[in-house]
Amino acid sequence: MSLLRPLLLDVVPTIQQTAALALGRLANYNGDLAEAVVKGDILPQLVYSLAEQNRFYKKAAAFVLRAVGKHSPQLAQAIVDCGALDTLVICLEDFDPGVKEAAAWALGYIARHNAELSQAVVDAGAVPLLVLCIQEPEIALKRIAASALSDISKHSPELAQTVVDVGAIAHLAQMILNPDSKLKRQVLSALSQIAKHSVDLAEMVVEAEIFPVVLTCLKDKDDYVKKNASTLIREIAKHTPELSQLIVNTGGVAAVTDCIGSCKGNIRLPGIMMLGYVAAHSENLAMAVIVSKAVPQLSVCLSEEPEDHIKAAAAWALGQIGRHTPEHARAVAVTNTLPVLLSLYMSTESSEDLQTKSKKAIKSILQKCTYLPALEPFLYDAPPNILKHVVGQFSKVLPYDSKARRLFVTSGGLKKVQEIKAGPGSLLQEYINSINSCYPEEIVRYYSPGYSDALLQRVDSYQPLAN
Amino acid sequence: MATLARLQARSTFLVHQYYFRNSAVDVFRKKEYDAAVKIQSWFRGCQIRAYLRYLHRVATVIQKCWRGYLGRQHYQLIVKLEFCTMKMNLYNAMAVRIQKRWRGYRIRKYCFNYFYLKEYLKAVSETNDAIRYCYQGFAILDELCDHTAWRLKRKNTTLFPVYSMLNTSSHQMCGFSMPGNLRHQEALEEFAEMKEREEKKADLEREEKKRDYQARKMHYLLSTKQIPGIYNSPFRKDPDPWELRLQKAKPLISQRPKVKQKRDVNISNQLACTSARSLPQSEILPPIDRKQCQGPFRDITEVLEQRYKPLEPTLWMAEPINELKMAREELRKQEWMRNINDNMFLPFSSYHKNKKYIPLMHSSSKYGPNSYGSQHFRDENPKKWICDKDFQTVLPSFDLFSKYGKLYSKAGQII
Repeated sequence: MSLLRPLLLDVVPTIQQTAALALGRLANYNGDLAEAVVKGDILPQLVYSLAEQNRFYKKAAAFVLRAVGKHSPQLAQAIVDCGALDTLVICLEDFDPGVKEAAAWALGYIARHNAELSQAVVDAGAVPLLVLCIQEPEIALKRIAASALSDISKHSPELAQTVVDVGAIAHLAQMILNPDSKLKRQVLSALSQIAKHSVDLAEMVVEAEIFPVVLTCLKDKDDYVKKNASTLIREIAKHTPELSQLIVNTGGVAAVTDCIGSCKGNIRLPGIMMLGYVAAHSENLAMAVIVSKAVPQLSVCLSEEPEDHIKAAAAWALGQIGRHTPEHARAVAVTNTLPVLLSLYMSTESSEDLQTKSKKAIKSILQKCTYLPALEPFLYDAPPNILKHVVGQFSKVLPYDSKARRLFVTSGGLKKVQEIKAGPGSLLQEYINSINSCYPEEIVRYYSPGYSDALLQRVDSYQPLAN
Repeated sequence: MATLARLQARSTFLVHQYYFRNSAVDVFRKKEYDAAVKIQSWFRGCQIRAYLRYLHRVATVIQKCWRGYLGRQHYQLIVKLEFCTMKMNLYNAMAVRIQKRWRGYRIRKYCFNYFYLKEYLKAVSETNDAIRYCYQGFAILDELCDHTAWRLKRKNTTLFPVYSMLNTSSHQMCGFSMPGNLRHQEALEEFAEMKEREEKKADLEREEKKRDYQARKMHYLLSTKQIPGIYNSPFRKDPDPWELRLQKAKPLISQRPKVKQKRDVNISNQLACTSARSLPQSEILPPIDRKQCQGPFRDITEVLEQRYKPLEPTLWMAEPINELKMAREELRKQEWMRNINDNMFLPFSSYHKNKKYIPLMHSSSKYGPNSYGSQHFRDENPKKWICDKDFQTVLPSFDLFSKYGKLYSKAGQII
């Protein structure tokens, strides 16, 4: 470091540039080296000469600042303290697109860490220039400017509002149609960071007429474009029922379902959460989600994904779909997901989060489920707290449906119910009593455990009449 | 006299008779008396009973009339009440009928329209199919969006029970497709065209690459001067396009697997790097015997010396800038290591100097001595500082003689 520093002050410009490049590569490699660069008091020198030198030097110096600022918030704070932000913003006004790109990249990396640094970047007046950069024809510059805007607006609603006030949304929305997939990634990420903070911001993003264009991005070949597009749709859908309604009307649910079907792993996660959010708002939206054939897809996700957090998200989404009315619960139960949920709840390998979510999902679906063929397996292997709900549902349906009663007896359900031990006066006992009262007494006695022994005892104790 | 005698003779009998008859009558007297009493009491009883009967009859008549009166009043009241109840029941029943019809109508028309819901779900699934299968035809998709929005608008109803207050929501939702509709359609069509073009281009490129590869593999089939190749038959008017391709193709060399050389991390190499000899040292080869080039060129050995001169930093560069401070720190650390007692050795003369210093009133504030005038003397503005470290008091060195005799050029040298 002590060798490189004086080279920065060398007369020959090429040496200065190469020295700066070397410093940048060193700082890029490791956080400790970046700290060494900061401690070596190189930054003020760089900042001072950034303002005056030619474009190659500016690129190299901006590269150094970026490399230092990316490792940790403290290093980024050190860069801000040197007053680098003003000079970087001046670089953003330069003619050369390479310089603008390097400056925008550095600003983006600084703003990434936390809200104060983002605020410092915004206070330096970077945002309008970044929006101008987005409109430039060079693709790389557009990418970097979009990613910088995304990093700025992700921390707080005020920062997002600042970005929106400059009119960034219209430009970002136009760029969704661009064929370059990396650019699309950044643009979609920027829009989703803006939309996630509040209803007003989400509405502004929607007003830029991104639907149904965003749905074409869900079919892109690039996985991350799909992920960012489904993140954007999720952030919009989660705020209010009207926004979810909008997405459903444009066919967003089908597009997201197909997107989930075509990718694996973490890429699926925002899509799954989006379905859950849409279904959570109201029963009609949940019915629309069911009509779009999302439930079989979600149950496939639930069974085949290896990671627990994705399974937990799928379980949550299924719970939100099935909890509204018996129709919804039936739609979920028909796909045979309830045994899967039960096994996830009972297995010791699932994480806490997965267990809680699957338990809630099972409970909320069971409370509305009147589809008895799906409930019967639960009688056999459910733990007592779930068994209570299952038996409760049976006791609600059986008194009114004779075919169901017959089926219940022939499938062995009545036998199983008799074998359940319940404390007297508990809710479970009441349910069992109401089920028993639907059947004639002989049948109940026939199926009660120990009936054969009781009969045999009667045979033993019977004295035939002496002729 | 005879009669007297006879009467006197009968007198005792008379007395006895008289006594006997009186007493005999006495016996009957009670009986007759009782009988008379009985008859009289019976008669009186009959009289009284008749009178009582009469009284009873009269009382009964009065009570009968009075009770009838009371009863009729009561009955009228009951009838009135019954009538009112019957009327109210009738009104209630009629009101229930009206309310039943009205509530059903209201729910079906304003709050939850089942058929509307069914239609909506059908529209949603149609839009979904459009999204799924008509990937190329974005125009159809847009149309369907319009169609859904139009259907929503046409019903002129609010959508669902939860949003029964939100009449404006349908307008909002329709608003999304109305104004930018045309722009949408154009943009999407452009996008579809662009995608198609891209795909075609990609296909063509792939084909080209494949043909190029084949041509490179078959390069030996190229026709020579003596023998025409397969694609250059003499019976043809002009050679096959493959011939031209073969002419352009480079022969394919089988690629040997590149072994990645791991740079051996030799310590001696590293040490060599950090020393003054940081530039490549190549041995100067013995010069080939050739004529010296004409012209004012330098001697080759000098040039090579200059080219491969190792780094000779000036003293200022070679040592760190704060080396004096670091040397002092070093010394201090060593002393601290060696010292047994850390306290400074105080002279005995200051043993009795234990009075506290009372500063001037002018230079102290309410809470202690004022730092202005003793600690800092200037007005400072920390916001304008570039970095937060103070200037270092460093004496710059002057390198007047550091490059003496070491420069490449001969300018300024005493010849």
